[in-house]
Amino acid sequence: MANTEQEILTGLAEIVAEETGLDTADVALEKSFTDDLDIDSLSMMTIVTHAEDKFGVRIPDEEVKNLATVGDAVSYIKGAQD
Amino acid sequence: MTLLQQSEPTRYSRILAMGAERGENVVTNDDIAGPIDSSDEWIQQRTGIVTRRRAGADRDVLDLSEAAARKALDAAGLTGADIDAVIVSTITHMHMTPSAASILADRLGATPAAAFDISAACAGYTYGIGQADALVRAGLARNVLVIGAEKLSEIIDPTDRSISFLLGDGAGAAVVGPSDTPGIGPTVWGSDGSKHTAIRQTHSWQEWREDSSLGWPTLRQDGPTVFKWASFQMAPIAAKAMADAGVAPEDIQVFVPHQANMRIIDQLVKQLKLPESVVVARDIADTGNTSAASIPLATVRLLEEGQATSGDIALQIGFGAGLVYAAQVIVLP
Repeated sequence: MANTEQEILTGLAEIVAEETGLDTADVALEKSFTDDLDIDSLSMMTIVTHAEDKFGVRIPDEEVKNLATVGDAVSYIKGAQD
Repeated sequence: MTLLQQSEPTRYSRILAMGAERGENVVTNDDIAGPIDSSDEWIQQRTGIVTRRRAGADRDVLDLSEAAARKALDAAGLTGADIDAVIVSTITHMHMTPSAASILADRLGATPAAAFDISAACAGYTYGIGQADALVRAGLARNVLVIGAEKLSEIIDPTDRSISFLLGDGAGAAVVGPSDTPGIGPTVWGSDGSKHTAIRQTHSWQEWREDSSLGWPTLRQDGPTVFKWASFQMAPIAAKAMADAGVAPEDIQVFVPHQANMRIIDQLVKQLKLPESVVVARDIADTGNTSAASIPLATVRLLEEGQATSGDIALQIGFGAGLVYAAQVIVLP
């Protein structure tokens, strides 16, 4: 079932918070995973795996490097669901 | 019509004894951080490795194998003459032929034991245990010596940021023989060659011969891809090994995953929902990633340090270049 962008953001924020210990409120659309949220490439893969399970999408490994911001990830997941 | 005779099967097998040998030199993160523009802190945070053990120029993979094998034979109260088959898993025996196993068998006085190498990278030891279990129970061999041995420092590039800084040298050995009780659960194994580039040699020996400017071939990996595969696709394999052996996570006393990266180990423990009481091997912190040798090295250490004891039920899983994987539940010797 397709989610709204807000639902994806909320769900993604929960996954990021679980992996990093950050507050879900810190996980905003414009935030960079690496520069703002200090998420390294291994943690990013954990987040991607949980997001794939949660939203029922496939995010290829070679696509992950293009997901610079939280907004990029939300858009990708939304597009993959549609 | 004459009916063939077939070998008489043996009901059960187990690991009778083990032995381990590490590279003699301690290599710190500071020792290797310069050429990869890194730091002790970065390496520890990304891998959990504080130091790794590497062998000197005068010891090769056969020397490491022999040292580990002699310890395992002594612990089993056996000699080379008692061994019917020698299986060596390695990617760093520097001859395409003959095999390391045939030379090792002779050094140990095991001639004319059957002897062969297997190429299953970091899954090689658990591949070997699966084969030894099958050989013993099928009646094809009474005692099988399984060795996981690597001198990975032969195929590293000091300027490589993908895998070289993880790697160490060592060998681990196990003697597998007949048993009155079940000692090795069903091996869950497989491969996925569609991901053969995830952990790879930079170029072939032939390409190097034709263009020496390419330099000596060394290893590379796509770290995040391997991390994701190992952390999330290997947990169901380990879970199936438990299910096939008829044990639940709460029955496991020791977990010995391939020592690839501490963060993969942590993620596997989490995915498998292993109870906190389970002793988890974390030998990688000061041994590094020794590929096929890592599981027996870590197991022997737990036994020697008293963190695990003979008779404990252990879950072990190897995974690596191929990609290949194998897991089984065993009773510790």
